[in-house]
Amino acid sequence: MTRLIAMAVLSLGLAGCGQGGDKLVVTGSSTLAPVITEVAERFEKDTGIEVDVQSGGSGRGINDVRQGLADIGMVSRALDASEKDLDPVVVARDGIAMIVNADNPVDAITRAEVRALYRGETDNWQALGWTERPVTVINKSSGRATLTRFVEYFGLDNRNVEADMVIGENQQGIQAVASAPAAIGYVSVGAAEYEAGAGTAIRLLELDGVAASTSTVGAGRYPLGRDLNLITTGQRSAMVQRFLDFARSDEVADLYRKHYFVPARG
Amino acid sequence: MVRRDRVATGVGAVLLLAVAMPVVSMVLAIWDQGHDELSLAFLLQDPRQAGQAGGIASLMISTGWILAVCLAVAVPVGLGCALYLSEQVPPGSRRERGLGFVLDVLAATPSIVFGLFGYQFLAITLGFGFSLLSGGIALSFMVLPLMIRSAEQALRAVPRAHRQAAAALGVTRTGWITRILVPSAAPGIAVGVILSVGRALAETAVLLFTAGYVLRRPDSVMDSGRALSVHIYDMAMNVPGGADRAAATAVVLIAALILINVMIRGLIRPSRAGGHA
Amino acid sequence: MADRWLHRLLWLSAMLAALVLGGIVVLLIGRTAPFIAQQGMELLARQWYPGDGEFGMAAMIAGSLAVAVLALVLAAPLAVALAAWLRYFAPGWLRRPALALFALMAGIPSVVYGLWGLLVLVPWINGWVPPGASWLAGSLVLALMILPLALLVTDAALAQVPPDWLHAGAALALSRVGMLRRVVLPHTAPAIASGVVLQFGRALGETMAVLMVCGNVVQWPGSVFEPVRTLTANIALEMSYAAGDHRIALFASGLLLMLVTMALLALSWRLGRRHHGTA
Repeated sequence: MTRLIAMAVLSLGLAGCGQGGDKLVVTGSSTLAPVITEVAERFEKDTGIEVDVQSGGSGRGINDVRQGLADIGMVSRALDASEKDLDPVVVARDGIAMIVNADNPVDAITRAEVRALYRGETDNWQALGWTERPVTVINKSSGRATLTRFVEYFGLDNRNVEADMVIGENQQGIQAVASAPAAIGYVSVGAAEYEAGAGTAIRLLELDGVAASTSTVGAGRYPLGRDLNLITTGQRSAMVQRFLDFARSDEVADLYRKHYFVPARG
Repeated sequence: MVRRDRVATGVGAVLLLAVAMPVVSMVLAIWDQGHDELSLAFLLQDPRQAGQAGGIASLMISTGWILAVCLAVAVPVGLGCALYLSEQVPPGSRRERGLGFVLDVLAATPSIVFGLFGYQFLAITLGFGFSLLSGGIALSFMVLPLMIRSAEQALRAVPRAHRQAAAALGVTRTGWITRILVPSAAPGIAVGVILSVGRALAETAVLLFTAGYVLRRPDSVMDSGRALSVHIYDMAMNVPGGADRAAATAVVLIAALILINVMIRGLIRPSRAGGHA
Repeated sequence: MADRWLHRLLWLSAMLAALVLGGIVVLLIGRTAPFIAQQGMELLARQWYPGDGEFGMAAMIAGSLAVAVLALVLAAPLAVALAAWLRYFAPGWLRRPALALFALMAGIPSVVYGLWGLLVLVPWINGWVPPGASWLAGSLVLALMILPLALLVTDAALAQVPPDWLHAGAALALSRVGMLRRVVLPHTAPAIASGVVLQFGRALGETMAVLMVCGNVVQWPGSVFEPVRTLTANIALEMSYAAGDHRIALFASGLLLMLVTMALLALSWRLGRRHHGTA
């Protein structure tokens, strides 16, 4: 009995020594996580350095880097004045797309219409040229970069947003819209285009007459664009620098394109 | 039978059906949604593309590690605490009631609170990070009362006559506990362990911010890894078109839990044969 | 010598168990006390806009209560009626398989209940009254989750009724319904209530299933068809990226859950003092 406990304690203690080594932890934006996961897989193959990628929102990326829980954070918006302690590297450009269910015939929306929908002034699809049907308005939970950029662009105050559902990750938004015919939501252009291409039942809406697509984002024509950053704080280790260089290199530009983002370089 | 009784019998049958229906429909709906994805390959392959392709092999490995860590803490501590309660504390004493209070509160504590504690204390303060170790230990805290109470029950069920015989033979306390008491209570203790495994397998909220989300096969307990239950949540909520695979994973998890249920019944039956109906 | 070591070891493991609880309480209070002192009533009076430093939890407390209370109202009477029926009215062969079904139900992971809610229940309510993800969806899923345990607890309480009483009742030619109403239920009511209170605590503390089907909009529960966010769902949803005061506010909601749990436990003890044991 005594020996059993001693052994259990010892084995736990030994297991605890496995920490450190050749591993990088990257956390943050759910917009960036899928593509960075693939970048990491390729990096791992080339260098043998393991990279753990975990999503959870840009706020988590900033937080984890500051707390030392992650080596690199993923942030899908520009850093603001209170975040001067962080060093960003832009890896790609993206936009935010308004999306509806594929069964919904509406294919374009204006800034004023989005404002009216999210302020609860319009609550029926009839006003937007479809049938008599209440709109399910999907908003993102606070702390999400996509929300920050969204309310900023549309001149909304998150307090006055009247939502029917609040979601976290990008994918959750797409999943919610794909399964609710009367829903409208907003997610990363890249993620939405990727999913729509893969047959998910969503449609990207034209915003103020400009199609939401990688090409309009790349050409700088899409009004609701944003930078995708990897961030670090303090002195970068050689391993971290190597990953950042790799993530910006031509070697992985195809991965960003595959995820419908516009690579910062190449 | 009185007329009223016959009416009550009928009403009860309707109620039972009303409750059984959603449960049966739940199991059927999940089977219906998931069985197309189920295959040997699903069990043997690692997930790819955030789980949209491949299987759940690496998740089963992570789940196994989390369980191993959980049991490595919960079984020795739980057994020790149960022995303390059954052997060293007089029944009804302040210490017994105090410890009983602690166990009851722990048993009633919402699992998300264990998640918060695990995150703050294990992942951050102790520096274990998002890891199988953090997740397993946090889970062990949650199953501890269950483990202790079942082991205690098993220990108390050992007949007093055995103790008197041991004392008469001049066996030391240590000898009594390690060679007679614990071996005789072993089947009951095993039930406690299996119950704890079932509880740990079913838990999700504790693991969300302790063990993390990583899909890769873990190399050690210091790696982050995703448990099956977390995978069900993530596939259902965060991955478009992930519902089929979430359901398939749920089928695997439910099958494991049914297996555990059967094992417990097998262990309990011999000792309690002919018990009250 | 060996005996003394063993004694210490056992004492140590008992202390470890106590330390876990102590650790949780100390950590939650330690992290949140200054914050709670500084915020005071603001925590109830204001709204939940963590980005702007507003941490009003009233709507989510109401959400948690609303979802749990409705679940209890749906599940508790059903659980008591079914337990009594299985014991006193149902054909004997049905009891075992039925109890086995409920034991199995109790073991199904909450995330699986949530998955079912998401795949079946929410779309069904959506077709009836959109958006589907709602207070009602949460309460229905929770009701199904707490029903089996409430039933098993009730069954255990009914087992405590002395068989002599039943025989005496039968000799007096009381109908079974009459016996149940006049003898069994009054005698077991405190024990049943004690078990039901514990299930209410479980409903309040449940996270995953509620997170998956309630829609998670922070608002006062108005209609059962509107979405709500519970305290537990809020922690699961925001913990991963909350920083500073926001994170502390989530710990404060964890502390609140813990305190409510303890209060319910105390209530359960008072009610069930005669019948001991953990549920």
